[in-house]
Amino acid sequence: MLENVIIGGNSPIHSLNPKIRILFSFFLSIAATLCDNLIVALGYLLISLSLIGFTRLPIKVLLRRLKPLFWCLLTIWVFVPLTFKGNIIFQYGLFSASYQGILLSCKITFKSLALLLMFISLIATMPIASLGAGLHQLKVPDKLVFLLLMTYRYIAVIQGEYMRLLRAAKFRGFKPGTNLHSYKIYAFLSGMLFVRASFRAKRVYQAMCCRGFKQKFHTLDIYPPSKLNYVFSFLMILVILGLVIIEQIWI
Amino acid sequence: MHISEGILSGPVMAAGAVVSLIGITAGLKKNNYDQMVHVAILASVFFVASLIHVNIGPVSVHLILNGLVGLLLGIAAFPAILTALVLQSLFFQYGGLTALGVNTVVMAVPAVLVHYFFLPLLGRTSRLTFVAGFLAGFVSIGLSSLLLGVALWLTNEDFFKISVAIILAHVPLMIIEGIITGFCVSFLLEVYPEIIPHKKK
Repeated sequence: MLENVIIGGNSPIHSLNPKIRILFSFFLSIAATLCDNLIVALGYLLISLSLIGFTRLPIKVLLRRLKPLFWCLLTIWVFVPLTFKGNIIFQYGLFSASYQGILLSCKITFKSLALLLMFISLIATMPIASLGAGLHQLKVPDKLVFLLLMTYRYIAVIQGEYMRLLRAAKFRGFKPGTNLHSYKIYAFLSGMLFVRASFRAKRVYQAMCCRGFKQKFHTLDIYPPSKLNYVFSFLMILVILGLVIIEQIWI
Repeated sequence: MHISEGILSGPVMAAGAVVSLIGITAGLKKNNYDQMVHVAILASVFFVASLIHVNIGPVSVHLILNGLVGLLLGIAAFPAILTALVLQSLFFQYGGLTALGVNTVVMAVPAVLVHYFFLPLLGRTSRLTFVAGFLAGFVSIGLSSLLLGVALWLTNEDFFKISVAIILAHVPLMIIEGIITGFCVSFLLEVYPEIIPHKKK
């Protein structure tokens, strides 16, 4: 479940320095979040689409990644137009959709899609060790970077442990249902997960310490300095400033 | 229970970022590197818990267990939950970068509160332990959905109905999390009491 198919790529975005990718995804996200104009939001969506285009990710993988967002947007589209006050443009029995509600839903859809695509193209495409290295270069506290990388390291161990416990329960005829017994089994299962995970993770840490681990993860991916970093930074600054200024003049 | 990006307003996100920064700083300060390993374990259990699906009638929900993580970690629940949320957004695209602050606050503030209110009740009698665990799970999910609703409502007053709907939709999950946290805490106290932080006397 955790294999990240989008990491190993050979695109221009993949070869950018992690520090620059984190920094600009941060600025671009903030600019896009604060945008309050439908047309400018569309502009951000176009930029994120072009970023995604540069990563050359397969469409199928991308659509699967967008699934959680679709559910969230569906809730918005069901509730917001119907409950928002404003000029009613559509009425059916008790239900009425307002113009302002539909406008807001459109804006949220554009912004959410744009932000998620930016995140996928710039951040989710880098290996976790590179992300750690990038965060370290950006002066994020070492302890937090350590926590992030250790948590990542343990997730696979704990997930494996969970699958094994669940398999053992199923072999013994456990059929999950809506009853107290099932919930009790799940509670003991997660309790056992804590116990086993704790023991195994401690052993993993001790083994790492024995092999000379000094609270620092090193990345094996090398990002040589290249002109691409400067070109990308320049373009991003231009785009962000451009869109922010356009929005300010517009309003 | 994640808010996707692009929904909340700037001030709400800024407030979320500030509160979570304070919590994370406090949580990091309180733990050294060796204790961080324990925090990382619980953060990854919190992550894996979101993959555990439990049936309610015809549908299934995934566990959150922020009450349990809060009980066991206290203020360190802030960095642990932040880390798990970062990894969730990396792998499954739940939430995102700008909503990270608010999402951390929504999950971690109830977790920390639960730690201070219900941890002292654990281990007295087995019934009281179960009740304290139940309340920890129940209250943490309740408060989380309440905070989520408030964040939406502060963004736009017309989101009031959707906020109420979200809170009501979480009531079954509150009960299930309560039951599971109750049994889980009783189990841990018998099998592996070292994992429960010592009470200050």
